[in-house]
Amino acid sequence: MHRPHLLSFTIALLMFGCGGESASSSSGADISPAMASSEAFVQQFREALESAEPGDIIDVPAGVHSFKRALTLNTDGVTIRGKGMDKSILSFKGQISGAEGLSVNASDFVIEDLAIEDTIGDALKVNEGENIIIRHIRTEWTNGPDVNNGAYGIYPVQTVNTLIEGSVAIAASDAGIYVGQSKNVIVRNNRAEYNVAGIEVENTIGADVYDNIATNNTGGILVFNMPQIPQRGHSTRVYNNQVSRNNTENFAAPGTAVSGVPKGSGILVNSNDNVEIFNNQLSDNDTANILISSYFSANYAGQKNLAKEFDPYPEYISIYGNTFQGGGEKPGADYLNQIRVALYGPTGAFPDIIWDGIVNPEAATDGPFICVNNSEAKLLNLDAGNNFEGAQVNMAVHDCEVGKLPAIVLRGALANAS
Amino acid sequence: MFALSTKPKARLLKRPFTCARWLIPLCLVILGACHRSPEVQFFGDQEYPQKLSAWGLMQLDNQLIRLPSEQQVYELNTPLFTDYALKLRTLYLPVDTSISYRATDAFDFPVGSIISKTFFYPVNSSGAIALQSSWNGNPHDIDLSVHRLIETRLLVRQPQGWDALSYIWRNGEAYLSIIGDLITLPVDDGSELNYLVPSRNQCAGCHAENHTHGTIHPIGLKARHLNRPHPIHARNQLLNWQQSGDLSGAPQPALIPRNARWGENNGDLNLRARAYLDINCGHCHNPRGAADTSGLMLDHQASDPAHLGVCKPPIASGRGSGGHLYDIVPGNPELSILAYRMSTTDPAAMMPELGRARVHREGLTLIEDWIASLSGVCL
Repeated sequence: MHRPHLLSFTIALLMFGCGGESASSSSGADISPAMASSEAFVQQFREALESAEPGDIIDVPAGVHSFKRALTLNTDGVTIRGKGMDKSILSFKGQISGAEGLSVNASDFVIEDLAIEDTIGDALKVNEGENIIIRHIRTEWTNGPDVNNGAYGIYPVQTVNTLIEGSVAIAASDAGIYVGQSKNVIVRNNRAEYNVAGIEVENTIGADVYDNIATNNTGGILVFNMPQIPQRGHSTRVYNNQVSRNNTENFAAPGTAVSGVPKGSGILVNSNDNVEIFNNQLSDNDTANILISSYFSANYAGQKNLAKEFDPYPEYISIYGNTFQGGGEKPGADYLNQIRVALYGPTGAFPDIIWDGIVNPEAATDGPFICVNNSEAKLLNLDAGNNFEGAQVNMAVHDCEVGKLPAIVLRGALANAS
Repeated sequence: MFALSTKPKARLLKRPFTCARWLIPLCLVILGACHRSPEVQFFGDQEYPQKLSAWGLMQLDNQLIRLPSEQQVYELNTPLFTDYALKLRTLYLPVDTSISYRATDAFDFPVGSIISKTFFYPVNSSGAIALQSSWNGNPHDIDLSVHRLIETRLLVRQPQGWDALSYIWRNGEAYLSIIGDLITLPVDDGSELNYLVPSRNQCAGCHAENHTHGTIHPIGLKARHLNRPHPIHARNQLLNWQQSGDLSGAPQPALIPRNARWGENNGDLNLRARAYLDINCGHCHNPRGAADTSGLMLDHQASDPAHLGVCKPPIASGRGSGGHLYDIVPGNPELSILAYRMSTTDPAAMMPELGRARVHREGLTLIEDWIASLSGVCL
């Protein structure tokens, strides 16, 4: 801890003064004998989080610090700082209480240079708050992909003005980095590997996702909208990312939104509008390097019960300047593979971009829905709404322009970071 | 006969002891050792005592719990399930003050109010707890030779708002714990129960029903939960408080909302299920709560079947989906995520997320029966 508080100071004194009379030490459940070197820290860290005051900097020393129950922080203006994502490790192996590792409900929050490993549920959840910096954090399930891993690694939801950078997310059973229902977000310089979804931006307004590496996930980078939640998302730029070999078997729990993502998906847009995909390097994603789909192709339940206010159609999608290599040769869904064989033969490959082709029947015009200005790259319209009968490549209809989205500008204390 | 009456109560907001800040630890130790007040004491937020006894809220005497006369016991129509723990609820109001009635939200309490909830279990001769009890709700019938006190939680009304404190019982005294604890309790069926004492921030996880503001309030002390007979004298609790002058601004009894009692088997199934979901889920699953992210609303005001989960796909459930497609499949509890999450003890999948290490079998049966009674088809 940067500076001790009166309260924790008092508690500490009482512990000395009263011997075994202090509360909270009866079970010792937090302390694993193997981690004896960090016993004192485990207690101190909890106290620092529970009695935090704005402006606190809570240091996490190097070492493996073992926890059996979730950590929570509700105080604004707190920084949690470790010595590096491979040095300061909050380990939740054997966790028996709490749905997250660290659960935060606070603004002006900074967490940097530490790892959160093997939580039973989500690793780091920030539920509501403004001005959030998550930097050089590693979230990992050390056993590798497994349906029993926690759902999300880095999970800000309903936040405003959020930066996630320089972080690493590995083996989440849903999304490694998941930005949900947020506004004004930058996700950059991160690495997401062996998750079902590497990086997922969902129901978020205004996100820039750039300079990330997404590899060996089921799907690399996802931009989604889901119905029946408070905020409808739009306006995301995905650029300068390396998205390769996202061919890991889908290990999500059945019934979850990402359980329908075919393995081999590079960048996947579902039901979202105003998405710009440019200057990415995409390679060897076996279903397709880029997939654009409506809610109806996501293999979700409830497709016919959509609320009227939900827009299931992806519109105003702009794709340009990306480089493609390989991919599309082994789609991760049977129906997609059958179409591939039918159209391109047993050894053929999908083009770099596939689209389910399902458009709003009540739309005023025929488009543009998806504009592609990407040299030789082709888009295959699967015509999924008509049993794939009219599947075809027709680049002329995608020769269009969508107005460019402005860059995300982080505000306040985060302005310097961007 | 129904005029306001005043009854003797403890002195208002009396500071029990003051001393230089650097001496506080020493003072608290001395107080704890020497000072056994027969009266309720109130402490400012910088001077919470390490021992529960300093508050004067209850005394242990000859294997019984003695409550000062100014403490009132109350009960809820349908309470939160907490691993089959028994709960003794008390309310202390400063003298010459009253609670302001609200129809929906928690009542407005005067500064200096203290709400306590003591969690306890029956124990057998070897100290193993039992998960069933026939306790009648009367504090005088808690024989401490056959019951174990686990923790006492306080909600303390300070000028700036409510504070939540947990005290953990050990050897006849309870000690303040900011960071909470996991206490492993032996159960009389040979199993163990990992009982969670919530940390201060975890208290807010439920008591901040408005997750954006983050301010905490009582959950149970609402009209619809309190509108029922008193556990000891059987008169209506709210009418009783109105007549004693402890509650002001309440309408006539017929206009006060009332939740069903979940365990009344001859009661209306829908009302019992909704009451159960309201108290167990509604503090997060409401339009301003922590779980509004899910779009699933289980508070008493929810009316849209889709918001209640009917044919609603999950948003961010992880393996909490249990492999199912919808929160509620009408007529099919075995296909409904809602029932699944109540039926598991996997911390990543279960609901509620905290304070439950066991399945509430009877509560689950209620919700399963309710889902089975619903009609409709998910397309």
